[in-house]
Amino acid sequence: MIKSRYLRFAFAAAVASVLATASAARADEQFFPLQSYRVGPYAAGGTGFFGGFIDYLNLINIRDGGVNGVKLTWDEGETQYEVERGVEVYERLKGRPGVAAWNPLSVGIAYAMIDRITKDKVPLITINHGRTDSTDGRVFPYVFPLLLNPYSETSGIVNYIASREGGVDRLKDKKIVVLYHGSPYGKETIPIYKLLADKYQFSLEQIEVPHPGNEQQSQWLSIRRAKPDYVVLRGWGVMNPVALKTAQKVGFPADHIIGNVWSNSEEDVIPAGDAAKGYIAITTQASGEQYPVLQEVIKTVYGAGKGNLDDKKRIGSVYHNLGIVNGILNVEAIRIAQAKFGKRTLTGDEVRWGFEHLQLDPARVEALGAKDLFHSINVTWDNHEGDGRVTFQQWDGGKWKVVSGWIAPDWAFLRPIIEKSAAAYAKEHGIKVRSSGDDPVSN
Amino acid sequence: MFDYQFLIEVLVGGLLSGVMYSLVAIGFVLIYKTSGVLNFAQGAMLLFAALTFVSLVERGSSFPVAFVITLAIMVVLGVSVERAVLRPLVNQPPTTLFVATLGLSYVIEGAAQLLWGTQVHGLDIGISDVPLDIAGVFISRFDLFAAAVAGSLVALFALFFRYTRTGLSFRAVADDPFAALAVGLRLPRVWASVWTASGIVALVAGLLWGARLGVQFSLSLVVLKALPVLVLGGFDSIAGAIIGGLLIGAIEKLSEVYVGRLFGGGIEAWAAYVVALVLLLVRPSGLFGQKLVERV
Repeated sequence: MIKSRYLRFAFAAAVASVLATASAARADEQFFPLQSYRVGPYAAGGTGFFGGFIDYLNLINIRDGGVNGVKLTWDEGETQYEVERGVEVYERLKGRPGVAAWNPLSVGIAYAMIDRITKDKVPLITINHGRTDSTDGRVFPYVFPLLLNPYSETSGIVNYIASREGGVDRLKDKKIVVLYHGSPYGKETIPIYKLLADKYQFSLEQIEVPHPGNEQQSQWLSIRRAKPDYVVLRGWGVMNPVALKTAQKVGFPADHIIGNVWSNSEEDVIPAGDAAKGYIAITTQASGEQYPVLQEVIKTVYGAGKGNLDDKKRIGSVYHNLGIVNGILNVEAIRIAQAKFGKRTLTGDEVRWGFEHLQLDPARVEALGAKDLFHSINVTWDNHEGDGRVTFQQWDGGKWKVVSGWIAPDWAFLRPIIEKSAAAYAKEHGIKVRSSGDDPVSN
Repeated sequence: MFDYQFLIEVLVGGLLSGVMYSLVAIGFVLIYKTSGVLNFAQGAMLLFAALTFVSLVERGSSFPVAFVITLAIMVVLGVSVERAVLRPLVNQPPTTLFVATLGLSYVIEGAAQLLWGTQVHGLDIGISDVPLDIAGVFISRFDLFAAAVAGSLVALFALFFRYTRTGLSFRAVADDPFAALAVGLRLPRVWASVWTASGIVALVAGLLWGARLGVQFSLSLVVLKALPVLVLGGFDSIAGAIIGGLLIGAIEKLSEVYVGRLFGGGIEAWAAYVVALVLLLVRPSGLFGQKLVERV
């Protein structure tokens, strides 16, 4: 009897010990639910971005043992870039403990999640994309279009063209055609290009390419007739290589085509072959594997056989480096939040606070091994983009080469437009515009 | 003053684009003509063929070797589809067969990505696309080459149908499958042959479209370009596919350039369908399709 009671006690103690260990392990983990797309039409971009993101999380785990001892974990749900599947993955993974932030890399999925993440109080990161007015953190407390929103991108492109022409005053009487994807994403910048054309007095024509953009003969014939000085390519997917090929077909020079941030990857130029040589595109993060953080990823993560990319040649590609930078920003937001709330698993709202204080100056970026990979970021509670700088890369037929310095968009010009749009959204949705004083976390 | 030179340029560009649509449409016609199935998997077959070819080339195969191997794979695929999908569904309603090919398209697309990966590939078939300047009108060399290939393919099919036993069997089955069966023709063999022929068309179209767009997943979407062509030209006429393609190509480009501005641009994708829809109301079997007469 005594023996039996002893055994029962020992068994209970063992179970309690195992449960305590498991519980402790969960308590020291920060979870990233990933709505990835590794199959389907956009798989090339998805495997690169999510591969880079996971590679960086792995680097932090292997090299540093996590963020201040808090291990980073993740789980993937395949979306094929479809909104319904993205929402389905959200519903499936949102209950997991320690959710840090959502990073869908999809405009459609991000739009569908705004109400949900706001209710659940978990940040939604839309690096380089998403709603422009979500830059206004007063109205969108949980949405972060980090580094670049579509309006900043537009301003950055116009500023780059101005720099090539010798200054903004030289834009007068120039002609720019914007060739945009026939979707809400493609159309989002139509008004801002008009405003910039009015401001700098350049002639503007905006031409739509119907989705998916695999036929552009008529658009490029119209461009040839319009004889523009520059064509801005605001494309997506197959539209990009077809634009470059058709430009060659009508004799338009590739080095006068400036691609936007979703027309700037290897996947956009390789299918176009020689027609892409000389093509220039904007980016927030340079490509290449020469940066110290990339070297560490190669040595530490791929050296340990834990690299996420099947094809190592893609290390340092545009999408992979975007994933790496996205990883840096997520991890640093957690680190900043931990400094305030403690070195433990944080709630989504606490991570949101971290993002709202994500200030990485060039010195800190260099310390993170990312000097020249990206410039800096300065997120505040009301500016969720963080004043990212842009640079321009030119395709030489085999790789991208940086051809400009870090260029600042005209934020002062854009901010009132963003605030106006955000205010309209707030009114329409009955949202109380936030001030720093009523910040739910800092109070 | 109206710019006639520009009009000619738009028209020629449209006609040459239309040839590319015809190439895809022919694959549909071959199968529909002999088995009454609207093969929605044609786009997926095109993707599979192009991806297989380019993956073999990237692994060191020469163009001719890669072409022959891909051709063999497409033959195996065609025969397998007939055995595994169509034969068990004989005598099922057309809707069932259509849905079967729709499902098949997902299976083939998934298999293509599983087998060869998700990366996009460039495909250079050695035809420079620097335009020819003919009296101020720019004409694409690549599109001219594609038109020549499409013309040759149609000529080969015409000879095949007219002068070979298998071709005669095709025609007999297309004309009256029950009569063909009654005189001893083996329908499964004819269907397997026609799926093989459709696979060959998919390979040729896949290489040309792949060289134009890059070899990537969206290649399978070119089927959307073929649908208005089929409605216009008729689902069972190769000549209709050619003429329908030319008409749709020209209508798309002319409408986009000259009417598009009135609607804010980007109309060419649906303008083709508007034309097809109107024709469908007036002539349901298309310009060249056979009128369906059913005993009730």
